[in-house]
Amino acid sequence: MNDIVIEKLSKAYPSGWPGRPSFVALSGLSLTVGRGEIFGFLGPNGAGKTTTLKILLGLVRATSGTAILLGKPAGDVETRRRVGFLPESPYFYDYLTAEEFLGFYGQLAGLDRAGIAPRITTLLELVGLVEARTRQLRKFSKGMLQRIGLAQALIHDPQLVILDEPMTGLDPVGRKQVRDLILGLRDRGKTVFFSTHILPDVEMICDRVGIVMKGRLLASGRVEDLVDQEHTQSVEIVCHEINVENSSVIRTNAARVIQQGRQCLIVLPNTELLDETVAEIRRRGGRLVSVTPHKASLEDLFFQEEARMRETPAELLTERV
Amino acid sequence: MTAIGVIAFNTFRESLRDKILYNLLLFAGLLIGLSVMLADLTITEHHKMIADMGLGAINLIGVVIAIFVGISLVNKEIERRTVYTIMARPISRASFILGKYTGLTLTLFINIMIMMAIFLLTVWFYRMPMTISLFQAVQLIFVELMVVTAIALFFSTFSSSTLSAILTLGFYVIGHLTVDLKGLAGKSESEAVKAVATCVYYAFPNLEMLNIKGQAAVGIPVGFDYLMLATLYGLVYAAVIIMGACLVFVRRDF
Repeated sequence: MNDIVIEKLSKAYPSGWPGRPSFVALSGLSLTVGRGEIFGFLGPNGAGKTTTLKILLGLVRATSGTAILLGKPAGDVETRRRVGFLPESPYFYDYLTAEEFLGFYGQLAGLDRAGIAPRITTLLELVGLVEARTRQLRKFSKGMLQRIGLAQALIHDPQLVILDEPMTGLDPVGRKQVRDLILGLRDRGKTVFFSTHILPDVEMICDRVGIVMKGRLLASGRVEDLVDQEHTQSVEIVCHEINVENSSVIRTNAARVIQQGRQCLIVLPNTELLDETVAEIRRRGGRLVSVTPHKASLEDLFFQEEARMRETPAELLTERV
Repeated sequence: MTAIGVIAFNTFRESLRDKILYNLLLFAGLLIGLSVMLADLTITEHHKMIADMGLGAINLIGVVIAIFVGISLVNKEIERRTVYTIMARPISRASFILGKYTGLTLTLFINIMIMMAIFLLTVWFYRMPMTISLFQAVQLIFVELMVVTAIALFFSTFSSSTLSAILTLGFYVIGHLTVDLKGLAGKSESEAVKAVATCVYYAFPNLEMLNIKGQAAVGIPVGFDYLMLATLYGLVYAAVIIMGACLVFVRRDF
């Protein structure tokens, strides 16, 4: 079952001046997000991520194509009862206290007064803002605003949570909290669709990702599939008590060798050379400390896709799944 | 509470926490107080001077609030992107507009009540007759403010705060001149001038219809029929403008 179904979605913003071409933010984008999935929507600034999110929430109308949320067309007012949203760099009513703020959004979501109070307490605990509950938002730091924003997105316990750059402005501790929070949502069967350009976070928590550039979806699928499919693994070997300078086998096999005294780091371009290299280290009396296979990262894929986009004419670009 | 009620209450709460509003109220109090001082300087018509300035102060401060809060009601929400999280909730765009309008109208009502209380205290202190005409004048001032708020809100849905302020102010000024325009249409021999003046007369609100301060200051009340007709006119005009604001807001992208 899919909570989000997007088909051939396009959006062109009129320039506002006759004769000037409109700005194409999205061009035939299609993707699906299954129930209970964490989907990372990646792309550089201006790629069309926020426009996609806005169309899903009915803030912007698509020029063509369809977007279905929880079985209803995007923009359906009633469906939004089951959707939570955090915009990028949110600005909230800063004259409200944290408690009033969550109460306001809870009421807008249709919760009754009796149901709101315990939810406020639960969410303030979840985002670590219990002590700031009576403080006005104008006295909040950027990180605190991001966390209270997340709390408002979850106040009505939505089935689908849409987050636009949720890690922006957070320190490492805050980012970990948000990651844990997103994983916790998945554990409870919720669907999370979030845009970001912080790739390590995506790699850590997403079930699937989509890479969008210049309004086109260039790749989508599970992180391990996308990355394994195209990239050869490298292997890092650390060994002691050996000098590899005069080993022609190691020098031929290794992509890089760093010798520091009696300690040596050898990087092999693939796993096929591993057995031969390890045997050579042992034959020369070296002590093996570690062998670490390195997968190609999502970052590698991201830059590869960016290069593909630059080198390929737009009409020939196809989605890699 | 309905979505309109939630938005309205929050708009009202926002204005209550805005220090500018208290400054304006203080200014209104000072103006009404000044009327007493000026009245002492006149040889006759003390009472008329106090009533004139009191009603004028209520009207002026009310219009300042209606325009300068009204123009930013929706525009500020879009510029600061607070509208994103609100429109992502299960509320219609029309409900948002109605909520914002209701909230500001409530703020204006409370402000008018406070200013009127200050004014009536002055009237009572000077042992002036507390005629029904004073209450009628304030009623129509409030209706006029509802119209001005609706116009400011309408412009706020699609233009910047500065442009909205200029346009609303323009409507307000022309709204007080429409009767003259009708006279011009009647007297002019040019068909084009007649047509333009007639169009302007019907398109712009006839705010002079809601201005009875002059006769109220000398204690002459208007008839009940006129009061009701003027009130109804103002409310219908405001309702049409708010409908226009909803139509614009429903269609726009954020």
